[in-house]
Amino acid sequence: MTDTRLRPLPRADRLLIGAAALLLAVLALAPVYASALVIDKLTQLGIYVLMAVMWNLLAGYAGLVSVGQQAFVGLGGYAMVRLVETGLGPFPALLVAPLLVAAVAWLLSSFVLRLRIGEFAIAMWVLAEVFRALVMTDPLVQGETGTSLVVLNAYDPQTRRLAIYWIALASAAAVLVAAYRLLSGRLGAESQAIRDDEEAAASVGVSTFRVKRVIFALAAGGCALAGTLWLASAITFQPRTGFGIQWTVFMLFMVLTGGLGTFLGPVVGAVFLIALQEIFGDFGAWYLFGIGAVAIGFALFLPRGLVGAWIDHSGREPLARRRVLDDACQTPPAP
Amino acid sequence: MFETLVQAIAQGVLLGGYYAIIAAGLSLMFGVVRFINLAHGDMLVLGAMLALFAVEGMGWPVWLAVLTVLPVMAALGWLAQGLMFERALQGGALLPILVTLGLGAALQNAMFGLFGSNTRSLGAHIGALSWSGWTLPGGITLGKLPVLVFVTAVGVLGLLHLMMTRTRLGRAIRATASDPEAAELCGIDARRVHRAAAAIAAALAALGGVFLAMRAQVTPYAGPAQLIFAFEAVVIGGVGSLWGTLIGGIVLGLAQTLGGAIAPQLSLLAGHLVLLAALAWRILRDEAAARGGWRALTLRGGETR
Repeated sequence: MTDTRLRPLPRADRLLIGAAALLLAVLALAPVYASALVIDKLTQLGIYVLMAVMWNLLAGYAGLVSVGQQAFVGLGGYAMVRLVETGLGPFPALLVAPLLVAAVAWLLSSFVLRLRIGEFAIAMWVLAEVFRALVMTDPLVQGETGTSLVVLNAYDPQTRRLAIYWIALASAAAVLVAAYRLLSGRLGAESQAIRDDEEAAASVGVSTFRVKRVIFALAAGGCALAGTLWLASAITFQPRTGFGIQWTVFMLFMVLTGGLGTFLGPVVGAVFLIALQEIFGDFGAWYLFGIGAVAIGFALFLPRGLVGAWIDHSGREPLARRRVLDDACQTPPAP
Repeated sequence: MFETLVQAIAQGVLLGGYYAIIAAGLSLMFGVVRFINLAHGDMLVLGAMLALFAVEGMGWPVWLAVLTVLPVMAALGWLAQGLMFERALQGGALLPILVTLGLGAALQNAMFGLFGSNTRSLGAHIGALSWSGWTLPGGITLGKLPVLVFVTAVGVLGLLHLMMTRTRLGRAIRATASDPEAAELCGIDARRVHRAAAAIAAALAALGGVFLAMRAQVTPYAGPAQLIFAFEAVVIGGVGSLWGTLIGGIVLGLAQTLGGAIAPQLSLLAGHLVLLAALAWRILRDEAAARGGWRALTLRGGETR
């Protein structure tokens, strides 16, 4: 039998999952004890986690390096504006818009996934610019001016803040669980095989195109959800901000500093980015300069990020799902 | 109507010269060093900012500022290759993208911190060159500055061509581009060649930046847009071809001015669409070639009948 199954979770990982569940409960109750400002920061953290996990799925697992994920962040915001205009409530629109964007990405994938790695990175960026130009021609958006989701003002500010917070928290948690299940399943093994050696993966029967397509559409939907959440908390939609390259710079920063291709990396990176933002955010442009400089430093001297450094230090990856041959399961691996 | 069209075509071709200058550096880095420099546009803006600082802050004449900024930027390109890009290249295809995107963000915001967000232009310092032109029979006007830029572009590409074909460095660059390991075996120091290529690319970016500052306003955040134009010219003209960048630049310039003649918002969009069309055509051609080419396709069609 060459059947494979997942190696049982080590104790440390079970503890980690327990701690994560506890943390989720503590965060869900945050409105009871935390101030409005803290809630807003935590909402932002949730949005960042969402974006980072998506970019990590793309680059870390499917080997798709996109510098144009802002296309989907912006499209998500725009789709939400349009859906609300047709009479859908803002909260349903917040969840429906990402599905529409994922469908657009599915169609787009037959084109962009046939490009070479450098071409793909640039084509995605150009596509973001194309979408921005097209969205700006919509009279509803009024060109550079943008538009506001005034319907959200109908809600009491505190209710709105809490609703968006809980949706952001639930989305971040759901995306983490989904990514975990996805990566420990067939798709995860396939995508990692593609990332490690695409030709070899194809030769053992992995449909590389199908795997990439699923991850591409999923990542687009996730980024769009981040876009709708951000729009719901900021209320104003401006094409320049929505389709701005800064979204991708942040995603890249979080994934790179946290640890590309590790499950926990994006979360660590998101916390790191929020922390830097809290400490140095008042310095404006110099803070953003620092973000760029730190990214260069990590890329050159710690390319596997904080979690990667931890793996090198401890010799094992937290929450990695390793498959083993069935009979190999009986004997513990040599240390 | 006809005159507007001819005018747009003339402007588009001349604009292509500017795009060729900024694309040539990018193409050189891509072709020789196998390195995608996402900070190329920001290095261009840095060149423009340094020239603006020399002219406005220190009162230098424009020609002196340009002659100083080009070697300074070449030195910075050399250093960037030696200190950053070289190391990033060893980490696979992903790290260069990460490093240069980070470098771009750092450059943009450092320039914002140092020079402020005011839009600046060299246009006021070059006298009549910025606005005067020649009128051709038929009422077509050619601006003196666009003609100067175009002529410079052809001259620069010609010099690069001569350097590539006639000099030791050019031979070393071509050898390294086609096979770095074999070139090393023949006694070529690939790292030095890469640094030289990076220095040339940075100087070309700075030249583009100076021209951009002469014909338009420059802000610290203008880099990414210029990078996209440079990429479009490279891809449309064919990656790794020196004169291809001129053709790609002219096609891009034509798409933009013709698109802009229809509606102002269409200008940039037309350029982007030409790029996407070029990529789509490349995919179709490669896939057809993988199946035996167009001829094979028609032959097979004939057989089934």
